[in-house]
Amino acid sequence: MTDSNGSDRKFKWVGTRPIRHDGVDKVTGRAHYGADFDLPGMLHAHVLRSPHAHARIRRIDASKALALEGVKAVITSDDIPELPLDEASGPTNFSDLSRNVLARDKVLYHGHAVAAVAATSTRIAQEALSLIEVDYEPLPHVLDIRAAMAPGAPILHDHMRTKGLKEAPDEPSNIASKMELTRGDVDQALAEADFVIEREFETATVHQGYIEPHACVAQTNEDGQTTVWASSQGHFMIRAYSARLLRLDISQIKVIPMEIGGGFGGKTTVYLEPLAIVLSRKTGRPVKAVMTREEVFRATGPAPATLINVKFGANRDGKIVAAKCELFYEAGAFPGSPVAAGAMCILAPFDLDHFTIEGYDVVLNKPKTAAYRAPGAPPAAFAAETVIDEIARELEIDPLDLRRNNAVSKGSQAAYGPKFSDIGLIETLDALRKHPHYEAPLGENQGRGCAVGFWFNAGMQSSAEVKLNEDGTAVVVEGCPDIGGSRASLAIMAAEELGIDVYKVRPVVADTEAVGINDNTGGSRVTFATGMAVIEASQDVVRQCCERAANIWDIDAKDVIWQDGCAVATGDGAKKLDEEGKLPSMPIAEIAAGAARTGGPITGKASLNARGAGPAFAVHLVDVEVDRETGKVDIVRYTTVQDAGRAIHPSYVEGQMQGGAAQGIGWALNEEYVYDADGVLANPGFLDYRMPVALDLPMIDTVVVEVPNPRHPYGVRGVGEVPIVPPIPAIANAIHDATGVRMRKLPMSPPNLLAELTRAGRA
Amino acid sequence: MREIEYAAPTTVDEAVSALATGGPCQPFAGGTDLLVQMRSRPPSEQKLVDIKRIPEMASIALDASGLRLGAATSCWDVSQHKGLRETYPGLVEAAELIGSIQIQNRATVGGNLCNASPAADTVPALIAVGAECVIAGPGGRRTVSVEDFVTGPGTTQLREDELLVELVIPPIPARSADAYLRFIPRGEMDIAVVGAGASVTLAPDGTCTAARIALGAVGPTAFAVPAAADAIIGSSLDEAALERAAAASREAANPIDDKRGTISYRRTVAGVLTRRAIRIAATRATERSS
Amino acid sequence: MARKTHVQATINGEQTEFLCQPHESLSEVLRNELDMTGTKEGCTTGDCGACSVLLDGRLVCGCLVLAVEADGSEITTIEGMATGQQLHPLQQKFLEHAALQCGICTPGFLVAAKALLEHNPDPSEHEVRYWLSGNLCRCTGYDKIIAAVLDAAQTMGGDAR
Repeated sequence: MTDSNGSDRKFKWVGTRPIRHDGVDKVTGRAHYGADFDLPGMLHAHVLRSPHAHARIRRIDASKALALEGVKAVITSDDIPELPLDEASGPTNFSDLSRNVLARDKVLYHGHAVAAVAATSTRIAQEALSLIEVDYEPLPHVLDIRAAMAPGAPILHDHMRTKGLKEAPDEPSNIASKMELTRGDVDQALAEADFVIEREFETATVHQGYIEPHACVAQTNEDGQTTVWASSQGHFMIRAYSARLLRLDISQIKVIPMEIGGGFGGKTTVYLEPLAIVLSRKTGRPVKAVMTREEVFRATGPAPATLINVKFGANRDGKIVAAKCELFYEAGAFPGSPVAAGAMCILAPFDLDHFTIEGYDVVLNKPKTAAYRAPGAPPAAFAAETVIDEIARELEIDPLDLRRNNAVSKGSQAAYGPKFSDIGLIETLDALRKHPHYEAPLGENQGRGCAVGFWFNAGMQSSAEVKLNEDGTAVVVEGCPDIGGSRASLAIMAAEELGIDVYKVRPVVADTEAVGINDNTGGSRVTFATGMAVIEASQDVVRQCCERAANIWDIDAKDVIWQDGCAVATGDGAKKLDEEGKLPSMPIAEIAAGAARTGGPITGKASLNARGAGPAFAVHLVDVEVDRETGKVDIVRYTTVQDAGRAIHPSYVEGQMQGGAAQGIGWALNEEYVYDADGVLANPGFLDYRMPVALDLPMIDTVVVEVPNPRHPYGVRGVGEVPIVPPIPAIANAIHDATGVRMRKLPMSPPNLLAELTRAGRA
Repeated sequence: MREIEYAAPTTVDEAVSALATGGPCQPFAGGTDLLVQMRSRPPSEQKLVDIKRIPEMASIALDASGLRLGAATSCWDVSQHKGLRETYPGLVEAAELIGSIQIQNRATVGGNLCNASPAADTVPALIAVGAECVIAGPGGRRTVSVEDFVTGPGTTQLREDELLVELVIPPIPARSADAYLRFIPRGEMDIAVVGAGASVTLAPDGTCTAARIALGAVGPTAFAVPAAADAIIGSSLDEAALERAAAASREAANPIDDKRGTISYRRTVAGVLTRRAIRIAATRATERSS
Repeated sequence: MARKTHVQATINGEQTEFLCQPHESLSEVLRNELDMTGTKEGCTTGDCGACSVLLDGRLVCGCLVLAVEADGSEITTIEGMATGQQLHPLQQKFLEHAALQCGICTPGFLVAAKALLEHNPDPSEHEVRYWLSGNLCRCTGYDKIIAAVLDAAQTMGGDAR
């Protein structure tokens, strides 16, 4: 692997926009997603869900359900192993995961899975659910962070003691953990600052909103071998988690990846798969489990509501000198909110010597949260970037200048620890300043705002194989579900290394038995890490091809280089061929055709844990128009600028920038979970969980900046997550520009904005 | 066994007979509310009487004596009818605001009215133009005003064996026009947070001589606001008169707090939409006289 | 179990027949009885448009049509958009513009866009956004979808007006 990041390289395919290889299947409806698969004799599974936000389960009687014609099995937590409370691997606690998949002893949120039925039709399964009798003892519940942390709050987990405190407590708490990042002497620095701004922010629970509900089919054979067809962000994760939860050998489970209809982090865990596996084992028949839209909202991981306090100290010359941040994130029913990531991101764009950041993970009676695109970062940026805008206004400094003057750059110590290598924050700020949007005139009731976003991006494990076909075309086998065009990017990288046409490369997302381990499609890592594996595997093929050519030519392998898809002899080797009157060039097709004779099939492989993921910065600019009589906000113009390191397929990089922006806009303006006093979600559907529709958005302009990541052969940085980070504060800042009002609570929906406008006398 | 039965009569009499056979029975037009509601409950017995194949119920008859609109006319057909849009633009606006194009092609004005959601878009617009409902039953037909037809959230005067057949709307007087506005948080696809229908008649000098204002989504049913109408009748629709009308709407509004809006927000917006709807209707009425 | 109803319809130009129970939606029958899984289900309440099909030339949500109602009607689904090996210009433009990321909403958008261009061959950007507001996309932010539809309209001769 080279660290050259490709800066001097003249690319043939990287940076072009070929049509994605799976595109025709997707525009004709031929592609199979999770619910599109059936097997003969298949049963339908449905889940019984808790009607209480918090209750003890005294007894479950499924006898009437089992007596219904067509019902073949009913399962409860009795049918899955009980795991020790501390069984964990990294951030994943498997006891919690098991109890989320099927409640044990207690239900912890309205919609929590209690039992599952397999029947010969969906209608019968649904009828069976209403025949299962559950004896609950309702308990007091708690739905908001402050109440959950208050003394005397209903406790969700009697064994929970707050981790990360100086002295381990012996009282149970709903605060699962506290973490802290400190540098310098923040109190001293704040005392010495010219002025200090302290603000509180509040955001609501939101959902990833993928259009495809969770779905899978499981079949267990008589020998205990299970196959699962599932759409997910990681079929290896499905395999590993299911094996762990059900105490099976990993080799007993094969997961075949279906196409995935959106995930954004929400499909990086299991809900239905273990249930379908157990039901298929119990009934001896294939079992299909598909969530309804309502179930997706009620019972799959949303992104947490948050409370964030920030205190910034700044000097009149525009230098931000200190910051104190407190982040409280709801984890839902089980610990594991992304508060640590939020804490690590909140000050990441700023070069600071003095700060303290504290993060608290708080459980309460809502569904267990799951990752959502740059998990933890958007609310953190809402807080920090809004206050930055206030400071800019206070000091009468241009908001981009203020950020530039405090920006991290190569060599800066990141707030979350490591020293930054090459990063592109300043480059993105400069690119935005040059953009025509920055100086365009504004109309009446319009305002403009900007904000910066940061995301670390991940590396993690990827495995790939590149197989040379007999005619010199190639197959790239990898194992990351294609959620946004990654097949095309990986094919581009293979084509680049092999020197063949990108359409002569066939990219394949293979199942868990057909390719090495791949971590999830997530963390903005596929183009980076799986790309790295594909490049390495391709280079392996190239190396083998050069050896074969050297063999055929009877020259030294070190005299053979690869150029435009051909082995080319150089130096003494070329001289020898010249003397023999032979062409010093052998195309890949010829080498491939002769592979059997020269040593056998040519296959390149790579399995790695990618290091050196390049952090990404983005800055967004938005114009809004506010109807002061109703509080409605229209997005009039939107520009995103982002450092992609190297855009392998620019169309799909732009797509990530636009898609993330759209999600941020929805999060900012209208999306929120609305709970009633009983802890029942009032808006579990697309009608009242208001995601942006086509009419809500303008065209979203994208500017791709490339500051290559020195740790990737082509300079790739992850692009998928950072785009969701800036929109919320950018919009809040634009609303302030238009109206003079600062919004510090989400969503900035018409009633909320009108209330603020009225309070400020500006309605 | 909890099963669904389906029947598709081709005349009103057949439909009424089907509804009268006893057991849970429901006329079924676009299904865009009905099917969603059915699916949100556990499976149950139900007979669905599809009325879309009854020609009389999906017709538009517009002439000097007014409008006879078949109850099963789709919102799309209403929105595409040039004559209707010219004569009753507010009514057309209300119909074409209901959902997406996909919903428009199936949802019907009559269905929207019979579903009787407090936020139904058609109802304030129908009240504003003085519409009446023609109901068919085993004993023949009867007529009631739209305001009397809707009796509460989700309930109407319709008995088990009755069918709403058509809406009758009086002709628009000279120098009159209607308008309908709805407030929603997104650009499309939301249920009304507030709906306001207005119709005004102007004298040659621009004075308002008659008016009807109706509000939706701010009470258990949509309702007329006579005080808002009185506030502008006799006026030149100046700012002060419009503000009085807005205040009357705010006063008359009786909304609830729910996931779509708060009481105070809905009251405020009821006033805002009243003012805006009156202005639009007045502009149209003026354009008609020139 | 209730007696199934026999339904005859023309689907993508071909005479088809199937059995269904009265409660089953057209989407369910297309997907489960006829193995036409191109029509997707995102919500079953008519709020996402992933199940968009044409019923007698009208754009509808298949989840809100009962399969029994389809007797005697003409239905067009995503599977009927391409002609043999030839993609419809909309499908081609979606590919060229990268107007899909995960692709689950794509069949619904294509059917809806086809209906739009049949009704209005030369729509403005606003008209396209308005018409397609019944189709949710969570991946793309709609930008490239709108661009693809406008480009397809040009290609299909819309600018000739």
